[in-house]
Amino acid sequence: MNQWEVVIGIETHAQLSTVSKIFSGASTAFGAAPNTQACAVDLALPGVLPVLNKKAVECAIRFGLAIGAQVAPKSIFARKNYFYPDLPKGYQISQFELPVVVGGAITVQVGAGDKAYEKTVNLTRAHLEEDAGKSLHEDFQGKSGIDLNRAGTPLLEIVTEPDMRSSDEAVAYAKSLHALVRWIGICDGNMQEGSFRCDANVSVRRPGQPLGTRREIKNLNSFRFLKEAIDYEVRWQIETLEDGGRIQQATVLFDPASGETRTMRTKEDAHDYRYFPDPDLLPLVIGDDWVARVRGELPELPGQMRERFTGELGLSPYDAGTLTASQEMADFFESTVKVAGMANAKPCANWVTVDLAARLNKEGKDIADSPVSAAQLGGLILRIADNTISNNIAKKVFEALWHGEGATADEVIEKQGLKQITDSGAIEKLVDEVLAANPGNVAEFKAGKEKAFNALVGQVMKAAKGKANPQQVNELLKAKLTA
Amino acid sequence: MSLTLEQVQRIAHLARIEVSESEALTTQGHLNGIFQLIEQMQAVDTTGVEPMAHAQDLSQRLREDAVSEGDRRAAYQAVAPETEGGLYLVPKVIE
Repeated sequence: MNQWEVVIGIETHAQLSTVSKIFSGASTAFGAAPNTQACAVDLALPGVLPVLNKKAVECAIRFGLAIGAQVAPKSIFARKNYFYPDLPKGYQISQFELPVVVGGAITVQVGAGDKAYEKTVNLTRAHLEEDAGKSLHEDFQGKSGIDLNRAGTPLLEIVTEPDMRSSDEAVAYAKSLHALVRWIGICDGNMQEGSFRCDANVSVRRPGQPLGTRREIKNLNSFRFLKEAIDYEVRWQIETLEDGGRIQQATVLFDPASGETRTMRTKEDAHDYRYFPDPDLLPLVIGDDWVARVRGELPELPGQMRERFTGELGLSPYDAGTLTASQEMADFFESTVKVAGMANAKPCANWVTVDLAARLNKEGKDIADSPVSAAQLGGLILRIADNTISNNIAKKVFEALWHGEGATADEVIEKQGLKQITDSGAIEKLVDEVLAANPGNVAEFKAGKEKAFNALVGQVMKAAKGKANPQQVNELLKAKLTA
Repeated sequence: MSLTLEQVQRIAHLARIEVSESEALTTQGHLNGIFQLIEQMQAVDTTGVEPMAHAQDLSQRLREDAVSEGDRRAAYQAVAPETEGGLYLVPKVIE
């Protein structure tokens, strides 16, 4: 692998959160009976004209501002011509030469822990277009069934530069983009319903050489498939080249069942879309005042939040990156800090990104559905901070809260008698008992064996049922042994 | 610039228009006539003139995002050649 460099670019279709279609007043609600949301414009009946949805344009502006791109003061709609029954007009209205959003970049965090690194993915453009309908190929007496409810649904197609160098980077980018479009409220991100679909352009080359021939994997609707499809495609391309073969430019489909990609069409039969400006639509002009208003309405963005978390709260860039990976995660963390206090931001970050995340992961739950609320977790962290409980006991309390054994950490601590013993008289009594009962360990410690000390601490904690303040136990033991 | 007969046939295929050899020849003549016209226009010096995407120098009017079209499936499907379960039926297409 090390003598090959992988080059990946991604195109994403994000369905915009409008209630009506991009060029008609039909509803975009998901799941309606076939063709009940396909109006005359969507059906391309003769004489109809498209009228552009303002909200769709506003979504594009929001996106452009969120990624630091240029929002084009003037952009053009074009016809992309091809024949397919789920495209009644015989062309898709898209943007070609002058897209609404140009440039921009998204910085993503790749990997976890010590191996984590930041990567900036540059964007080429993002443009507005309409979705096509749906073809159903089940048996209708040898015919295909067409549902045009989806025809005319507004999409933002987001195109990156070929900046990614591994499937991990591609997935990290796709996840960040997915979080961002939901964060700024322009797309619901529902991948099962097709609201967020990725195409990956993949090629390999020897480092320093010009770009290799790319193959485009179409319509990946999960992050797992994105990774599997790219990994398979990269292996296939490298094997083909090492066997002396050549890569032919092609569009391929990924089959999740076999884990393989297969060719859909090669360059020879590639579509010739014959783009030209749509005479039914005038240029889209976006004034500075509109852009300024949208800018003013943008929420705090993940990047800005990351900076605040590292600056004001003193978190590590890694923690800040993990916490801003989704709005739900960031909201949960902020609500936790609101209860536990800014001084406890670091333990809050640890609990949210480590303990809570692991527990949620184990049960396949989203943070939005966490059985332990941010307020409960914040309350728990407060009790650790004021020494009411130790970290170990806190894990017990957390489990109890997870299972609904109390409404607050305080209630659980009270009910289950988990309050930490901080009375030095009581701890001293335990220490004395343990020292008397374990002369062997005492002798070993005095002979210079540090490990014996830990064994004694363990005995005291055990005698205290884990409730003694570990720091006090340490201090008292040390004092008595070295006296 | 002029088109070859082959190019004319390719364009006809892309537009899904069936043309006979003689029709293709006639069309070639027509299209090349248009190209000559374009060539004449291209001879004009347009340095410094911003290209227009539309014949009218206006900008796109926008509509508010609201649902204004109800379900009229029954009316639309009444004139469709074939439907089933609310779907329009077409000759089988699998790409």
